[in-house]
Amino acid sequence: MAMVEIRDLRKKYDGGFEALKGVNLDIEEGEILALLGPNGAGKTTLISTICGITLPSSGQITVGGNDVIEAYRAARNLIGLVPQEINLEPFEKVINTVRFSRGLFGKPRNDALIENILKKLSLWDKRNSRVMELSGGMKRRVLIAKALSHEPRVLFLDEPTAGVDVELRRDMWDTVAELKRDGVTIILTTHYIEEAEAIADRVGVINSGEILLVEDKASLMSRMGQKELRIDLVDPVAEIPSALGEFELSLEDEGKTLLYAYDSAAERSGIGRLMAAVAGAGLQVRDVATSQNSLEDIFVGLVANQQEAAQ
Amino acid sequence: MNWQAVKSIYVFEMARFFRTLMQSFLSPVISTSLYFVVFGAAIGSRIDQVDGVSYGAFIVPGLIMLSVMTQAISNASFGIYFPKFIGTVYELLSAPVNFLEIVIGYVGAAATKAMFIGVVILATSALFVDLEIQHPVAMLAFMVLTCLSFSLLGFIIGIWAKNFEQLQLVPLLVVTPLVFLGGSFYSISMLPPIWQTITLFNPVVYLISGFRWAFFGLADVPIGLSLLAIAGFTALCLGVIWWIFKTGWRIRS
Ligand SMILES: Nc1ncnc2c1ncn2[C@@H]1O[C@H](COP(=O)(O)OP(=O)(O)O)[C@@H](O)[C@H]1O
Ligand SMILES: [Mg+2]
Repeated sequence: MAMVEIRDLRKKYDGGFEALKGVNLDIEEGEILALLGPNGAGKTTLISTICGITLPSSGQITVGGNDVIEAYRAARNLIGLVPQEINLEPFEKVINTVRFSRGLFGKPRNDALIENILKKLSLWDKRNSRVMELSGGMKRRVLIAKALSHEPRVLFLDEPTAGVDVELRRDMWDTVAELKRDGVTIILTTHYIEEAEAIADRVGVINSGEILLVEDKASLMSRMGQKELRIDLVDPVAEIPSALGEFELSLEDEGKTLLYAYDSAAERSGIGRLMAAVAGAGLQVRDVATSQNSLEDIFVGLVANQQEAAQ
Repeated sequence: MNWQAVKSIYVFEMARFFRTLMQSFLSPVISTSLYFVVFGAAIGSRIDQVDGVSYGAFIVPGLIMLSVMTQAISNASFGIYFPKFIGTVYELLSAPVNFLEIVIGYVGAAATKAMFIGVVILATSALFVDLEIQHPVAMLAFMVLTCLSFSLLGFIIGIWAKNFEQLQLVPLLVVTPLVFLGGSFYSISMLPPIWQTITLFNPVVYLISGFRWAFFGLADVPIGLSLLAIAGFTALCLGVIWWIFKTGWRIRS
């Protein structure tokens, strides 16, 4: 059983807008899943529906085997949420708002634990400051401290590093890595591809309320390891010479360009043999260039496919 | 029940109150004193006694009710509106708490604050006039029930309100007039007969009358009716809150 199971989840807002169109997703215990998608894709809606802030229109969600509606207490006990917006009581002291969160989750006061969390997030010195006196980055840390105060097993981070400086971003990634070591399941949304690359185990791509792909980062990376060699010829050819048949080339630019796809991670790329064969076939080379697929290319490709399919 | 959560909400809300304790304490003291100066001295010099009670003493129950009702409403409505306004409501919605626990936490805190104000006014009044409370237990019960039921009403208003204007609207346009016209500062029997009849449609009359009975044994309406009125009002508010809970109205999209 997955830690979070989402089945046929649909969400239609009151205005009639369908923000989630039948989402299916399993999130395994202990993994870090990055949900990647442009603004308005439905990331926040998805998280809000899991956490109980928004009601699903149809479908089912379980967290730790507990239905989020029927067994909301058991489900929510497992969940920590760091919202996208900085929603904090401005006049309250940092430590009080963190204690409040723990109490709200029914946990008895535990000063040692709170101290530990605040220290890890470099908030201990600020514990008696009022929230409104803190910088934006510090406020985001307070949100994280609140979410961690009740020792969640599943942590949702909704765009935790949007508008955050580099240093805080690194800190945040370290915190996430540490939580993962403790076995916490982490779901984070982002529209920074580098962020997904840096910390996720799996990457899900969401757009217009649909999950387009969920894949191990490793296999995504190997797809990205696909490289392409372009060979520009001085004189165009009508067709690929048969001597080059084994390389599975394709022809572009009205016969002026040969394209060769290869795996940069493989032991032999075959480029040397190809170039020899090209020369042997009597073709004159004007220029060569290589390019690499990025996660971004894959992402853009997926979104474009989806839009085509919708038309 | 998640009592830990109820306690956390209650303590958190009371902290807001303690941050402004001086203000919370001084403003009822000052306004009560002003009432005594204006009503007691100016009007009291013309109206000597009402049904054998000095006018100064006569207005004390009404004064307390006026403040307790408005304070209960504004505390409770602000208490739940503010998290909606600044967005911290996400935490209430995603916590393992049910609506009842949220209501007990917020309404309990608002009622406590209103009760505190009521007691401060009572104590201030005792400095100006001789007060003898004939039915202290009934007096306390009426005050607690009024604090609770008007806090419930305030909670509903806070859930309903979409902006600060709406938050002020009901207290300003409905509650304050009803309280002023509800016999806070006069006996219904002093009105012409036609107004006496109309006034009986004002629910606040029953609350103030009952409360005044607890002080002086005097009532505009039978005490049983007063009890029924406060019980009915509390039940109505609870019903509305139960419905809000069922439907998630204006809380969960
Ligand atoms: N309360 C709401 N009522 C109506 N539409 C909403 C509401 N919240 C979000 N939406 C719409 O749902 C879509 C998804 O929003 P959201 O989940 O916030 O996307 P993301 O977090 O991926 O940027 C957007 O088009 C947004 O305008
Ligand atoms: Mg979002």
